[in-house]
Amino acid sequence: MKRLQVDIRQRRPIPLEVGLHCGRGELLALVGPSGSGKTSVLRCIAGLHHPTGRIVCGGEVWLDDALGIALPPQRRRVGFVFQDYALFPHLTVLQNLMLACRLPGERAREKARRWLQRVHLAGLEDRRPDTLSGGQRQRVALARAMMRDPDVILLDEPFSAVDQVTRRRLRLEMAELKRTLRIPMILVTHDLEEAEMLADRMALIHRGRILQQGSPAEVMLRPVDAEAARLVDVRNLFRGRVIAVDRERGRCRLRWEAGELEAPWRESIPVGATVDWCIPPAGLLLHSRRRPSRGVRENPVRGRIVEIVRFGGRAQLVLAPVAAPEKRLHLDLSQHVVERNRLAVGEPVGVSLLSRFIHLMPPRRR
Amino acid sequence: MDWQAFGVSLRLAAWTVALLLPMALLLARLLAWRRFPGRLVLEAVIALPLVLPPSVLGFYLLVLFNPGAPLGRWFMETTGTTLVFSFPGLVLASLVYSLPFAVQPLLRAFQAIPPQLREAAWCSGLGPWRTFWKIELPLARGGLLSALVLSFAHTLGEFGVVLMVGGNIPGRTRTLAVAIYDRVQAFDEAAAGRMSLFLLGFSLMAVMAVFAVERRR
Repeated sequence: MKRLQVDIRQRRPIPLEVGLHCGRGELLALVGPSGSGKTSVLRCIAGLHHPTGRIVCGGEVWLDDALGIALPPQRRRVGFVFQDYALFPHLTVLQNLMLACRLPGERAREKARRWLQRVHLAGLEDRRPDTLSGGQRQRVALARAMMRDPDVILLDEPFSAVDQVTRRRLRLEMAELKRTLRIPMILVTHDLEEAEMLADRMALIHRGRILQQGSPAEVMLRPVDAEAARLVDVRNLFRGRVIAVDRERGRCRLRWEAGELEAPWRESIPVGATVDWCIPPAGLLLHSRRRPSRGVRENPVRGRIVEIVRFGGRAQLVLAPVAAPEKRLHLDLSQHVVERNRLAVGEPVGVSLLSRFIHLMPPRRR
Repeated sequence: MDWQAFGVSLRLAAWTVALLLPMALLLARLLAWRRFPGRLVLEAVIALPLVLPPSVLGFYLLVLFNPGAPLGRWFMETTGTTLVFSFPGLVLASLVYSLPFAVQPLLRAFQAIPPQLREAAWCSGLGPWRTFWKIELPLARGGLLSALVLSFAHTLGEFGVVLMVGGNIPGRTRTLAVAIYDRVQAFDEAAAGRMSLFLLGFSLMAVMAVFAVERRR
């Protein structure tokens, strides 16, 4: 079974303490702010850094400091796509690919041509890297990484050096390629949208430690704590106190600055505990001004609109609750909803914080 | 024109360049990519011939080459001749004297290679030796050419150290530069002028060639 298991620690150049795994055909996104150690993890896996710990790929031990094993990069079958692609500037596209292949001349050439076709670059064989566009360079780097028949593919911010239109196309191509590959893939990115689009699993990394691993939806909607929530850009993040618990129904009453809420209860949270809680913008229901709908009685909050940002047919609404005007509630709406309800900055509105979307995070044990 | 002296100069330059370039490649790579204690000292020692008077360098080389000193004794025992006032001694002196002219361009060239390119080579499965031949050397080509031309021309025009270590033995240690000095001492200005003009033209072309290479990069 080709499965990558990584368990590493290092102090320098960047402190790391990371445990993660990635299955066959699985794409794991390593997400975190810049300087969090994402790239260092990739470099450790590739053998460019030398941490302590253990790295096993498909039953082959690449690193085990207890056994004194530390294979050099040449002997780890990785395909590495560098952030700026690191194409060899003095070689043609075809030569770039052929160099990464151990096959004898003619067969290497044939294989390189096949890969160029797969990444839609047929016809550019004899071009030098400096005559290619950003998107083309990225495809060459990807094809070169594949020429080794890698056991794992490592992608270091592969879409950061291209414009937005190209990025969108390259992501689609990556999703397409991913479906055909049967090896672990690790994608380093600081772009949450990208991780959500491409990843099967996501690992949130901060200051060299993994804060949370799980499906993108889980990591984005159910962060383990306030720090993780901030890193995945949770906009509706608040503090509150659990004042009552209904164990049977699995619910609790939560008091926060703008009133009281009913929320799902988790076993680990006692009555009286101070918790961080969050709710995605999609969990906020706008009360229609003309026809009150069914949800109006669920966790109602009155507020005043302080900001409306429109883009691409959608609108972001920012509310200040009447009971806590310094707090901000974010919700996303279709633009026609904004228009139909004649929403404008300064207008009072009512929203419901749908209970099932509320996520409580137990206070951090330090 | 003292063709015999020109022959000695050419032979000296050829030998020096042939032995110097591999040494310089090794040193330049070391200085470009490795951090090690004593790096600063090594860098300074390599650059020293640029600022040291040739007579000082020549003096210390003479001391080293003396059959009483370990190096001189070893050479005496293995070859039966002395290093002082011999062609091999001259080559050895030239190696030291021209070292910075070979190392500096190579060092600059290696430093200009982005580290990711070497890492990309390793991650493409290329071992250190293949990485050197396929990536590092081709990318440092301009620096290599500069190193070659500069150290060749510099050896050709070398005077002070040659005079100190080699003396002035026709056919063995009398180089073109020494021959010019010799002619001036003998008031043979016409011969000195011809040889000087020749060396001037040659050096000018060499330096222009280096600039042309640097500009193309």
